[in-house]
Amino acid sequence: MSAPRATARPRRGGGIRRGEARAGYLFIAPAVIIAAVFLLIPIALAFWVSLSDWNGFQSPLNERVNFVGADNYAAITTEDTLQQRNFGRAVRNNLYYVLLVVPLQTALALFLAVQVNRAVLRGRGFFRTAFYFPSVTSSVAIVIVFQFLFLGTGAINQILAAFGAQGPNWLNDSRGLLHILFGAFGADSAPSALADGGMLGISWWDWLAGPSVAMTVLIILAIFTTSGTFMLLFLAALQNIGSEIDEAALMDGAGPWRKFFSITLPMLRPTLFTVLTLGLIGSWQVFDQIYVLGGGASILTPAYLLYETSFNELQWGQGAAIAFILFVFIIVLTLLQRWILRERSPKKRGYAQRAASRNLTEGGVR
Amino acid sequence: MTTTAPEVPSAPDREPATGRAPRILKRRKRVGAKARSGILLGYLILIGLALIYIYPFLISIAGSFKTDAEATQSGLSLIPETITFAAYERLFTREPFALWAGNSMLVAVCVTIGRVLFDSMAGYALSRLRFRGRTIIFAAFIAVLSVPGVVLLIPRFLILSELGLYDTYGGMIIPLLSTAAGVFIMKQFFDSISESIEEAAKIDGAGTFRRFWSVVLPMATPALVTIFILSFQGSWNELGHFIVARQSPELNTLTVGVAQLVSGQLGAGNQYPLQLAAAVLMSIPVVVLFFIFQRRIMNTTAGAEKG
Repeated sequence: MSAPRATARPRRGGGIRRGEARAGYLFIAPAVIIAAVFLLIPIALAFWVSLSDWNGFQSPLNERVNFVGADNYAAITTEDTLQQRNFGRAVRNNLYYVLLVVPLQTALALFLAVQVNRAVLRGRGFFRTAFYFPSVTSSVAIVIVFQFLFLGTGAINQILAAFGAQGPNWLNDSRGLLHILFGAFGADSAPSALADGGMLGISWWDWLAGPSVAMTVLIILAIFTTSGTFMLLFLAALQNIGSEIDEAALMDGAGPWRKFFSITLPMLRPTLFTVLTLGLIGSWQVFDQIYVLGGGASILTPAYLLYETSFNELQWGQGAAIAFILFVFIIVLTLLQRWILRERSPKKRGYAQRAASRNLTEGGVR
Repeated sequence: MTTTAPEVPSAPDREPATGRAPRILKRRKRVGAKARSGILLGYLILIGLALIYIYPFLISIAGSFKTDAEATQSGLSLIPETITFAAYERLFTREPFALWAGNSMLVAVCVTIGRVLFDSMAGYALSRLRFRGRTIIFAAFIAVLSVPGVVLLIPRFLILSELGLYDTYGGMIIPLLSTAAGVFIMKQFFDSISESIEEAAKIDGAGTFRRFWSVVLPMATPALVTIFILSFQGSWNELGHFIVARQSPELNTLTVGVAQLVSGQLGAGNQYPLQLAAAVLMSIPVVVLFFIFQRRIMNTTAGAEKG
């Protein structure tokens, strides 16, 4: 180990590293060129489109395309237009989607991971495979399966009927869940306080609609397909904790709940952060499912709206503007979440705890 | 050491679900029977969950062999009253399913080869080779990692049109040939393995490319398999990029073609067995891949097992 290190010491000019820089550039060139040509330059081009009145005709760089400043951004955010209402609706739909999907998929993934990680469990391999399986296939295939399950006369409603309940016509039901709930308490229409004001062209009352029944199907779909992937991430972290710490906790008389919340969960914090961030980023990008189902106001999301606005309605500037708002929003969310999670537990304490538990473990093993 | 010890404690793991945790804590010695029923309950919950995860796929397979009417009316049953292959026949005779499958395979194979090669080359350069700007390039790749995929729909279409690659196989394949995530995985891998064998080859006078090809790549097999699986699965299941990169029906991949079947653009809106058959068939390659590499998928994503 130490001998090769020594030969590597003389960095530049030495015969052994001759031509290394050239090889380095050669090796990295394909990846860099692809990233530059198909990622960075296109993003710059799209940013220009979002500031222009390009209508899809010829190149966006041709002379007749005009710079219009922030007009496209204004059209979807501040002006009272149809586009603004669509954008507001898409944001609302996706907001409820995120609020339900992210916590539920994280909790379910963690639950599954803890369950299949138990040493005594028989058929662990089978259970892991079963829970991971929905993550394998394409979103198109999964949507087909879910559409079939949630037909008006489909499997889900047949099961509900067996319990005496009548299921809705899921994917064709645009009522908001919270509106249905309010309706059950007799509040069928908006109180004037909520009907008048609003944001992004959507009244407060409509902001409070909750996810539509159709969107609920997609929420279940997302939890169903992603929980297995995230289960694997948690599982990896759990295996790194190892059984010694469990044993040590037991020696100290910690019960299962106490052990989970005081030992397992703190040690899983980095993974928890990863899963929450990945979940948050992913759930603001719902596109495939909506595309396969053909769109529709009740399941509209910003990701699908930007596609429809550009490719179907040929409002390229507005579509690109939505894309950039989404882009910035997702990046800000990522940074924000990272910051919040950092602030909550000071590093020193974390290290101290970890060191303590390590000592505890070693003592216990001996 | 670990075999007997955790068995006793993990039994009450599930007990809290029944709300009896405190009592068990106090009288752990006497809960033999209760622990047993706890284990049973735990299994029941897991089996129930596993059923929820698997059953949808089973009824989908069953549904693909049903008649249109039966599939719509009794979607829950696992055994069709009359087994018919009509949906599958139709996929291959009246829908260009074989063409879509061929396109998907072509794209997936090219993308996979490209990523395995380019990502490992870039990862190697970033990990081992010294050249000016290396740190900046690596930082740029990290930044690129956080660009959300759907934001690229419009940009990709724009650049493909500008370059004259729109609606060509080139436009469908080239942008996917390398990913920042793949480069990152490979770099991490090369960072984790010892440099000594390469150094030996270096002293023997092997050039950088030769060394990479015959010494480094064979050592990197575990990471390459990871890239291989991710790339094949990713490009086979990709939908968004193919929506914006092409328009001719001849260039339809399975995802695009089948999505059009579902949204009724090909006039098959309510024919559920047909859609289910398509979903079943298009899943086969990735499912086969999954079962071949099952152990590896479960472990590489999950990191090395202890011990």
